[in-house]
Amino acid sequence: MAAGASVASEVRPLTRGAKLARAFLLVVSFGFLGLLLLAPLGAILTQALAKGFAAAIESFSDPDTISAIKLTLLTAAVVVPANTIFGICAAWAIARFEFRGKSLLVTLIDLPFAVSPVIAGLVLVFLFGTQGWFGNWMLDHDVQIIFAVPGIILATIFISFPYVARELIPLMQQQGSEEEVAALSLGARPWTTFIRITLPKIRWGLLYGVILCNSRVMGEFGAVSVVSGHVRGMTNTMPLQVEILYNEYNFVAAFALAALLAMLAILTLVAKTLVEWRSGGGGH
Amino acid sequence: MAKRIVVPSPLPGFGLTFGFTTFFLSSVILLPLAALVIRALGIPFSELIGLLLDERAVASYRLSFGAAALAAAINAVFGFIVAWSLVRYEFPGRRLLDTMIDLPFALPTAVSGIALATVFSPTGWLGTKLAIAGVQVAYTWIGVVVALVLIGLPFVVRSVQPALIEVRKDLEDAAESLGAGGFHVFRRIILPTIMPALATGFTLAFARGIGEYGSVVFISGNLPLKTEITPLLIVIKLEQYDYNGAAALGFFMLAMSFVMLFAINLVQQWGQRRMGLGVQR
Repeated sequence: MAAGASVASEVRPLTRGAKLARAFLLVVSFGFLGLLLLAPLGAILTQALAKGFAAAIESFSDPDTISAIKLTLLTAAVVVPANTIFGICAAWAIARFEFRGKSLLVTLIDLPFAVSPVIAGLVLVFLFGTQGWFGNWMLDHDVQIIFAVPGIILATIFISFPYVARELIPLMQQQGSEEEVAALSLGARPWTTFIRITLPKIRWGLLYGVILCNSRVMGEFGAVSVVSGHVRGMTNTMPLQVEILYNEYNFVAAFALAALLAMLAILTLVAKTLVEWRSGGGGH
Repeated sequence: MAKRIVVPSPLPGFGLTFGFTTFFLSSVILLPLAALVIRALGIPFSELIGLLLDERAVASYRLSFGAAALAAAINAVFGFIVAWSLVRYEFPGRRLLDTMIDLPFALPTAVSGIALATVFSPTGWLGTKLAIAGVQVAYTWIGVVVALVLIGLPFVVRSVQPALIEVRKDLEDAAESLGAGGFHVFRRIILPTIMPALATGFTLAFARGIGEYGSVVFISGNLPLKTEITPLLIVIKLEQYDYNGAAALGFFMLAMSFVMLFAINLVQQWGQRRMGLGVQR
């Protein structure tokens, strides 16, 4: 995205002052990012491998760690499709139709980005906890949400709610709906029109949103921490398991699991960059 | 009906998609938020005020808001320099660096948290060097700022980058050819153009910082009255079954989120007005 702009500075030779400024600013940039981004990544790797590669791999055979990985995958398998379907519906309604209260709806969809993750967990406690609105009903019917998997899933839906919708709404607004109208007027069924016309048009934006959503879902800590109850082998996701291992001074295992999450983050960045290239630079 | 609520369209599916959108939004976001608000407003007023102005709570606001503001300010300076380097200079690894800016978004907050705590702990790689200089980062308020700088960085860089691309190079060249120095060009031409974007980035980073939890709790040490952020205090109150205390603080934080949303909107509107005027000239 910056390629076009950087050409201008190369048109004429830089003066000595400009060269000095350039060197200084680049050193500051690299220093700042190195300290902030590379040092933590390096720390994760060194700590994970402190007792050798085998010890790090061995830590993944802990049944609690395995169940944490499984729970994170299960959460993602529920939350990402739910928020994707929601995102497509919201984008269709918002980008294709004019109705009153639209800007309010858009603001409300963005709301989870502005709210602390801890609040996302807290609100569920006041809804489903023993003190909450549905607390008595749930005790009577032996349903548990707080300190159980459903609570983890609901909290995760809350914090990753806007990702897909936010990618799709501007994209679909910009694309317009001429092709869809044409297909429909030629007699195509609505569902066929969506699958054959709309979906191919939005696929890169959709994929982008899904990647970001998945990354947030698998890495969420604050919201999940409030509602999980930290029951070992039952209600711990990967980030929560990292916390437990870390607080037990089991650093090799904690950082090995953290390294797995960091790898996921780097994969996310690579996938995101690839999608940006494929979709022609994108607006990101 | 005086006014139509929905403008007619040849496209199908409004009822279905709009219905599902509002239903899902209401059940997973609005209903839970309402539960918090109603719970908090059910507390007798004098008790609510007491909970909100409790010594420990006030100390946590000072840390949360102070550290978030300081971190956003640090990011405004360094984020600008990084954005400038990425937009204006060609250097090996520029693409990679550009991609890496989003790492704090992608990295789970707990992972950044334990990594920073390790790097800056008194026995850590940077911590030992800083200890010689007499500075302790981990388990002090400085650690909170460091964590929030990491979390806020992408907001500033990603806001400023597109604005820097828009800076009119012809104006800069004209000013330079008329003998203006580098600093003068920066202050009179570049800074005014990117100011709205910088303000947006600052506000976004600040808003994210006051609510941040995962990356902070590992490095902050969590001492009551000293290094305890407000989100952590909420968690502690919940763990102690102090539901009124948690509801009061949660309500306050939620209200702050709305204030921040409003502030972000204002900043963006201000920016649009400024840019609009610039084009008309």
